[in-house]
Parts: sequence; structure tokens; C-alpha cells
Amino acid sequence: MTKELAIHNLRVEIAEQEIVRGLSLTVPLGEVHAVMGPNGSGKSTLAKVLAGHPDYKVTSGQVLMDGENILDLAPDERARKGLFLAFQYPSEIPGVTIANFLRAAVAARMPEGEELEATDYYAQLYQKMDLLEMDRSFTSRAVNEGFSGGEKKRNEILQLAMLQSKYAVLDETDSGLDIDALKVVANGVNSLRGPELGVLLITHYQRLLDYIVPDRVHVMVQGRIVRSGDKDLALELEEKGYDWVRDDLPEPALV
Amino acid sequence: MTTETSTLDLERSDKGDFFYPETHLHDAGVGLTEKTIHYISDIKEDPDWVRAFRLNALKTFLSKPMPTHWASRDLEAIVFDNIRYYLSAGTQPKRNWEDVPDDVKRTFERLGIPEQERKFLAGVEAQFDSEAVYSNIKKAVGEQGVIFVGSTDGLKEHPEIFRKWFGKVIPTGDNKFSALNSAVFSGGSFIYVPPGVKVKHPLQAYFRINAENFGQFERTLIIVDEGAELTYMEGCTAPKFNTATLHSAVVELVALKGAKIQYITVQNWSANVFNLVTKRALAHEEAEVKWIDCNIGSRLTMKYPGVVLKGRKARGEVLSIALAGNGQHQDTGAKMVHAADETTSNIISKSISIGEGRATYRGLVHIPKHLKNCRNNTECDALLINSTSRTDTYPAITVRGTGNSVQHEASVSQVSAEQIFYMQQRGLTEAQAMSLSVNGFVNDLVRQFPMEYSVELKRLIELEMEGSVG
Repeated sequence: MTKELAIHNLRVEIAEQEIVRGLSLTVPLGEVHAVMGPNGSGKSTLAKVLAGHPDYKVTSGQVLMDGENILDLAPDERARKGLFLAFQYPSEIPGVTIANFLRAAVAARMPEGEELEATDYYAQLYQKMDLLEMDRSFTSRAVNEGFSGGEKKRNEILQLAMLQSKYAVLDETDSGLDIDALKVVANGVNSLRGPELGVLLITHYQRLLDYIVPDRVHVMVQGRIVRSGDKDLALELEEKGYDWVRDDLPEPALV
Repeated sequence: MTTETSTLDLERSDKGDFFYPETHLHDAGVGLTEKTIHYISDIKEDPDWVRAFRLNALKTFLSKPMPTHWASRDLEAIVFDNIRYYLSAGTQPKRNWEDVPDDVKRTFERLGIPEQERKFLAGVEAQFDSEAVYSNIKKAVGEQGVIFVGSTDGLKEHPEIFRKWFGKVIPTGDNKFSALNSAVFSGGSFIYVPPGVKVKHPLQAYFRINAENFGQFERTLIIVDEGAELTYMEGCTAPKFNTATLHSAVVELVALKGAKIQYITVQNWSANVFNLVTKRALAHEEAEVKWIDCNIGSRLTMKYPGVVLKGRKARGEVLSIALAGNGQHQDTGAKMVHAADETTSNIISKSISIGEGRATYRGLVHIPKHLKNCRNNTECDALLINSTSRTDTYPAITVRGTGNSVQHEASVSQVSAEQIFYMQQRGLTEAQAMSLSVNGFVNDLVRQFPMEYSVELKRLIELEMEGSVG
């Protein structure tokens, strides 16, 4: 079994409009891949579909996580198998503290009959928070309620760190961040990098890739990957703009 | 996703849903006439004044119309002629758990009593259908002069205190169901706390309906004397029967000068119970009364705990949580009647409606013209789980005069599909996500409850949400 997140010829529509049009992409465990693309190219749709958002309809293709097709699984089953999505716009959960929310999420991954030890949990939580340079009082706040953009994104990375996921999709994690917040979030992701984590980094700007240097870069236009390369592709794209790849692109087959 | 779960079958899997065969020695039979009253009075060996009180109340009950001009027409489904008004095994309440009959003991042990008594309570009373089967107060508490007995024993053994206050906070004719209770009342607690005594641990009563077609009419009277303090908790359950069961209690509290009473209810009735309860407190000068009221289950609950703020600087509070499952109607709220200067009241109500459940907030705040420096704060928040769920708010606030102030806030929110998806993405099932949302919604209120009750409430919400998804 190959340890990878493999997307084969994926087609997705919402309200009878096709957004993802035969996309293929593979992220091996231990690598960081960036997907870049202009607005409206279908990047965020890809992220939500991987996580199983009910509004989107997969019309064909496969998504294999370590060889297992996950498209028939409910969102929570995918999550418990190790798929994590850092949301572009994380939801607020009024009245539920970060500590309690994460505790429920960690407990949901325990084998039946086993209980989460509170002391172990907090030890782990505080260790991850130190890693992300987060103040401990943060966890007693309600999830995302009244958070700044930077706090929301940091909270996403904290959850990623705590849930020990295998594959993480980071959807526009850099959006709405000033440069200091961006650095903190990037440091967090970098500290989690390693042979046990595959990352799919979705971003509009090259800026994030200065801090999280990807192993591979893919360019997504009109629902498909039109070009792949190493980290230099991102720089080239930054220089020449998306029109450069767009001009290169054969007309997409109409379905 | 929330709209897809609109047709819900709320199969309750609670620990309360079981029953053992009946072994009642005394059964008043179905229907309610003067004969029924005499039957009850004979068995209970009522003093003459109680028998007369009951007969008078029966007349009042019969003369009063159903309050369907403002309340739910579902009340018309109650067939008073089909109800059994008194059932008991004909034995005295036991002081010793070992002496409680086996079948009854099994029932309460399955419900976790008297485990809790050993853990954190100062005393327990357990009522099975019409009568208390077990009543115990810790020795140290008894030695402080605290009285904690069933209402039957209370009116016989302590008539000098009992008669002075009985029926004074809630007169027989207050409403049709208080009249019904006054006619056939049986069971419930009588508590007296002497001046200055602060009862450290809560006293608890547990009300259990075990019989079908039955009406439970407990009557509770609590008097906390000057400067004394008490926390009282009650829990209620019934198994699931096919026919309607009626629970119609009357609870009267008297907080004398500077006294503090906290009265906590967590009820988890099965979905065929009509729960029509009148609860009111009289707060004297500088006294504080707090009702904490959690309503889960039942077919229809109508309950508006109230405080009459009779003395200067008295304070009343109602914290209420209602969970209306599919097909259920929680019609709950609060009444605050300001009758002295510088009195303050606070009402916080949170309701959750699931499926085709309906939660109604009905509140009354009254501050007359001649009073000064009275304040009321009312907050009602409603959470709708499905697009078919319903909530209504009927606040009646009358404030006259200058120098009095009221504040009213209401909000309605719905659990959003995005919020549930977010939580599912972290590995929680849809039901776990829903119950976390609901627990978050009530969290700021629940934090004010005693630990044991907040844990129990959280568990009940989880059970309810599990049954309501998918």
C-alpha cells in the first residue's frame, strides 16, 4: 500500500455547474504540495470536497487515502481516518471552549471503551500550544468566537497539531493574515512537517511559500491541474502571472 | 444537513424508561368525585381541616374552565375521568434504605438513588406514585432543627408551621391545576429550616411515576426562616406508556427575612406526560430565591416558577432551560411580582427546539407605580435545531412609576450546517456535534448549577440529541 493522498480524475459539481473538471494530484506522506491558482479556479471547492462537504456532488473520480477510497465516507469518518482540513473561514461554536472542543475531538479518536485521561490531554495540549507560541488562556475561549483572523488560523493549526492527522489540507491559510501572524502560522506548520504528515497547501499568493517551502507546486486553472513543478514554479508564476499558464492552456473540453 | 433530519423519531433510550408491575394496596380507581376525595382523606387519615380544604378545592377545580383561551388546546386531550388519582402500597416511608420494598428499591437503584445520597446529599425523599417510600435526613442536619418529611407527615406533625403557610403562596383558585392538586394532593416534601441555619449540602426529592393512567399530585412546602439557607433539588422520571399520564404539582416556598433558597429541578419525563405545575415563592425583606428549572421530555409542560418580592430589597431569579423534542411542547417561563421597593429580579431562559418540537417562553414581570428602585432583567434565547422547529416568546412586562427599570433581550438562533460540518471535520459524529452545540448554547447557565446536576444535564442532552439525528 502506498502512503499517499491520491486524487484521480475528480469531477465535482454544485447546482449543476461543474467546478472541478477531471483533476488528478498525488501527495505522498511526508511531502508538502502547494496548489496555486487564480480566484474561481476551484481550489476551495477541492478542499471542501476532500473533507466531504454535503453541498458538493462528486460525479466521477476517486480520492484514495493510503489506498482506500474515502468518497463514500461521512466527513467525520474521513477525519477520524486522518484527514484534516484547516478552513478558510472556520465556524464559531458559541459557548464551547477550545479545550472542551479539542477534548471531544481527541476522545472521538479513542478506541471504544477507552477514556481520555485529563492530565495526559492537558499535558499534550500545553506542549502543542508552547510550540505554536500560544497563550494558555486561549483554550478557555469559545471556539472562534470573536477571534481575529490570525487567532482563527492559529486555532486551526493547533487543532491540526492535536489531532495527529496524516493528511492536512490547508485552505487559504494565509488569507487575512498580516506578516507577523503569517510567520507564526508558517512556523507552526513547519514544526509539524515530517515523515508522518502530508500537506496540501492551497493558496492564491506565492507569499506563504516563502515561509513554507513546498516539495511540489501545482497550478490549478478552471478545475484542473495545468502545470506541476518544484518550488521554482511558484516564483515563476509570481513573476509572470496566471495569464502565463492560462495562455498555455488548451481549451478545456466541454462536458 | 439540519433540514434533512426534520422527520425525527425521538425514541428515548433513557435510563428512566422501564417499569415494574404494580402492587398497589390502595387505588382510588379512575375518575374524580367527592368519593375520590373521601377515599384519599380516609387512607391518609387527614385532619378535618385538610378534608374540608380538599372538598372545597374540588369545587373550584370543577368550576374553572381549561385555560385554552391562552394556553395550548392540547390540554383538551386530558381525560380527567380516565385518570387514577391515588395509588400507594399503603406503607409508611422508610428511614432505612434496606426496608424499602424490593421492587421499589430496584426502581430507584436503577435511577442511581441512593448512590447520590451517600455521595453528596444532606437528605433524600423518594416518592413512588402517590406516596413517599423513603425519606432520610442526615443526622447532623436533623440535629440543627431542620425538618425534612413528606407533606402528609408535615401537616400532622408540625401543624403550627404547616398551616400557617400552606396554600398561602399559591391559593387553591390560582389556576385550574393548582385547584386539582389542592383537591387530591399526596406526597411531596415539607421542609423547615430554623433561623440562621445554613444547610450545607442539598436536600433532594425524587419523584417517580410507575403506573399507567396515573396522576401524580405532589405538594411541596418549604419554609426557610430568617437568615437561613437551603438548596433543594428534585428529579422526575416516568416510563413510556401508551396513554397519557398527568403530573400536576404545587410547590410553595417561603423565604423569610434574609433567607436564601435555591430550588433546582431536573425533570426528564417520558413523552406522554402532561406536566402542569405551579411553583411560586414568597420572598421577604432581603431574601433571595433562585429557581433553576430544567425541563426535558413530557408531551406538554406548562410551568412558570414565580417569586413574589414582598419585602424591601428582596431578590428573585429564574434560570430556565427547556428542551422540546419532536412532538413536544415546552411552555415555560417565569413570573416576577415586585411588591416592595428596591426589589430586583432576573430571568434567563434558554430553549432548544428539535424536529417539530415547540418551545414557548411566557413571562410576567409586574412593577407597580408606587414602588421605587426596582429592577428586572429578562433574557430569552432560543435555539432551533431543524427548520421545522418552533419557538415563541410571550413576555408580559408591566412597569409603572419612575425610577424603576427593566431590560428585555431575546434572541433566536439556528444551528448552521456549516457549524456542524466544521465539527464533523474534527471527527465528531453529527449527533455529537449537535449535542456539543446545544451544550455550548446552555453552557453559561449550566455553569451556575451544582456540579452533579450539570453533569447529569449534559448527559441528558446528549441522549436527547443522539435520538434526534439521522
